[in-house]
Amino acid sequence: MNAPADAKSGTAVSGEWPLYEVFIRARGGLDHKHVGSLHATDARMAIEHARDLYTRREEGVSIWVVRSSDIAASDPRDAEALFEPARDKIYRHPTFYEIPDEVKTL
Amino acid sequence: MSGAAVAAQPTAVPDEPLSRYALRLGDLSLILGQRLGEWVGHAPVLEEDLGLANVALDLIGQARLLLAYAGEVEGAGRTEDDLAFLRDPGDYLNPTLVEQPNGDFGETIVRQVLIDAFQLALYERLTSSANERLAAIAAKAVKETRYHLRYSSGWLVRLGDGTLESHARVQASLERLWRYTVELFEEDGLDRDMAARGVAPCLAEVRIAWSTSIDGILAEATLARPGELPYSWFGKRGEHSEHLGYILSDMQYLQRAHPGARW
Repeated sequence: MNAPADAKSGTAVSGEWPLYEVFIRARGGLDHKHVGSLHATDARMAIEHARDLYTRREEGVSIWVVRSSDIAASDPRDAEALFEPARDKIYRHPTFYEIPDEVKTL
Repeated sequence: MSGAAVAAQPTAVPDEPLSRYALRLGDLSLILGQRLGEWVGHAPVLEEDLGLANVALDLIGQARLLLAYAGEVEGAGRTEDDLAFLRDPGDYLNPTLVEQPNGDFGETIVRQVLIDAFQLALYERLTSSANERLAAIAAKAVKETRYHLRYSSGWLVRLGDGTLESHARVQASLERLWRYTVELFEEDGLDRDMAARGVAPCLAEVRIAWSTSIDGILAEATLARPGELPYSWFGKRGEHSEHLGYILSDMQYLQRAHPGARW
């Protein structure tokens, strides 16, 4: 991302506005979920745009935004090394417990 | 609203001054909403296109409630649609500021800050109006208006405290539009009557709140507050600038050309 031009230099900032990722909490008690991304010059504007773009039909009660460039992501080429070793470790799933009859709501 | 719901309401006692007052508030929202709607498809970026349209829709929503009420207390059987689409420019009571052209994005933002701060100061006080209907409309509108001012003032700070070019342009817009703010606080017989009945707040009080709010925003935006300028339009008495006729010819075209047209 290019550094913004000096505020008082009078020169235009080149290129597009930075990209932000948007996360919305649908209602109290739920997690924030990724819903999309948008362009904004700063975090405050990103929240306002997110409100206007993603909560028009009461989709949320809370908004998080984060600069896309600030997200570190795993490399798809590392997927084998990262995720396949978990495949044969079925004992990590809690499926070997006997559930007592008295427990109804588990 | 269904016909049954309308019929179920007790017939309002005709109250001409109250109807005119509701029209002033409603016309302000209607004409400003229509003006902002002109940005749809033309805003600098897609996100702002939606941002401006959202504000416009809030304003049209306020206008519907206020015009419907104005029609009820007028007692002549006119609906919100009759009032919006079948009146002539001289019957519109919006302040002249809201009919001013959009100009560039910065000028739209300046106009918006000036009027958002006014609506906010007004609605905050109107929530405790002796008139329950207006108090309820204000309670809904005040939340929307808080967001409008947050949006517009955020932009004014970015542009005012931005580049030399953006600063010069919004300062020039401020100088151009400032004269139209005089009217907002120019009390006339109707304003005094409404304040005396406890329906409306005293405009001098609204002015103090507006002024404090505007000074804070201008300081943050590094903009200079213009001096008081001579003024000769009074849209709220029906004396408009030449712009209103053009707005209405756009807005009313369909109902004028095809009376009674429906979806």
